[in-house]
Amino acid sequence: MTRKALLGGASAAIIAALAAGVGLADIRTGDSLVINGEIEIITETAPPEHLAGVFNTIYSGWVFRTDETRAMQADDFDNPGMLYVEQGIEAFNTAMGTEGNSCASCHENPESLADVRSTYPQWDEAHGEVQTVEMQVLECQTERMGVAEPYGYDSQQMRNMVALIASVGRGQLVNVAMDGPASEAWELGREIYYTQYGQMELSCAQCHENNYGNLIRADHLSQGQINGFPTYRLKNANIVSVHGRFRGCIRDTRGEPYAIGSPEFVALELYVASRGNGLTVEGPAVRN
Amino acid sequence: MAENVVPRVRVPRDASAGESVSVRTLISHPMESGARRGSDGNLIPRSIINRFTCEFNGEMVIDVTIEPSVSTNPYFQFDAVVNETGTFAFTWYDDDGSVYTDTADITVA
Repeated sequence: MTRKALLGGASAAIIAALAAGVGLADIRTGDSLVINGEIEIITETAPPEHLAGVFNTIYSGWVFRTDETRAMQADDFDNPGMLYVEQGIEAFNTAMGTEGNSCASCHENPESLADVRSTYPQWDEAHGEVQTVEMQVLECQTERMGVAEPYGYDSQQMRNMVALIASVGRGQLVNVAMDGPASEAWELGREIYYTQYGQMELSCAQCHENNYGNLIRADHLSQGQINGFPTYRLKNANIVSVHGRFRGCIRDTRGEPYAIGSPEFVALELYVASRGNGLTVEGPAVRN
Repeated sequence: MAENVVPRVRVPRDASAGESVSVRTLISHPMESGARRGSDGNLIPRSIINRFTCEFNGEMVIDVTIEPSVSTNPYFQFDAVVNETGTFAFTWYDDDGSVYTDTADITVA
C-alpha cells in the first residue's frame, strides 16, 4: 500500500467517526440505573422520530458520569438532591397566600403530580402559551392561592418545589408534545438550538450533538438531555434548574444569555425536552 | 444559626453477632467555612459542624473532628462490628453550640 493510500484511509476513518458523532471511547454504555432498588431508569434508548439520522441512541447525562457520581443517584439517602426534595415537601404542605391553601389542599399529595415532569413544558390553552413546571407553580400561586410574593423563577424555593415534582415522576417516560399549538415554540427552540452564540460562536448542537462523549477541558460532554433536572451539581452543592443550566452554557460561549423564564428559554426547554422523548425522568439527578 | 439542620442515619435493622455492618449518616448543614466573602465584601462568619460522634451502647465507635474544608451536608459512612442487640447514638456538634442527635436500633439474632 502506498503512503498516500494509507493517509487517505486514515482520514476517511476520521471523517466517518465524526459523521457518526462518535466520541464514546471513554464512556461505558450499557449499564442500567435502578433507584432505591425499585425505580427503573432508561438511560439509553432509540431517539425520537425527529432525531432519526442525528443520533443512533440517546443517552441520559448519567451515562457520561463517573462510577462514584452514578452511584450517588442510585439511592435516595446518598443523593444530596433529595435534601431539597424534603424542603419541597415541607413547602408543599404549608399554607401560603390569602386563600389559606397549601399545594396539598388541591393536589392532596406530591405523588398525584407524578406525570407532570414528564409532559412539561406543554401548551396551556387558557394562557395561550407553552408553560414550564415553574410557570405552572407560579400560576397556582398568583391566580389561585393569592400569594403576594410568589417564588422567583430560579429561586431556591422554586427549585425545591420543581425537584419534588420531578422526584415523584422518576421512571416516567418523557413524552413532551411538540405538535399542535406548541409547534411554534418548538420551532423557535429548534432554531435557538442550532444558532451559534457568543464570542466563541458555539451552538448547543456543536457540543451536545456533534461532540458528546468527547472531552471539554477535563469533562465529558453529554448529549445535553434535561430529563435529570433539576439536577444536583456537585460543583454547586445545590440543585440547578434547566434555565440556570441554559444560562451557564450560553455564558460559557461568552454570549449574553436570555433571561431565565424568558419565552426563548421556554421554547428551548420544550425543544430540548423533546429530544429526550423516550428517556425517563430522573430529577433530581446527580451530576458533577 | 444554621437553618434546616436535619440529621439522618441509615443502619441495618438486623445483623448476626460479630458481623460488620455499614453505617451511613448525613446531616444537612451549610458548612460555611469562614473564608468566603458575601456580596458586601465582608467575611461570612464560620458556621460548621465541628465534631461528629457515634456510640454503641455507650461505647465510642467513632469520634471525628471536622474542619472547615469539609463540604456542605457532611456525609459519613463507616463499618462497625456489632456483637449484641443495641442502639447506635449519633451526635453532631455545631459551632453555634447546638447539638443534634439521632439514634438507630439494631437487633442481633
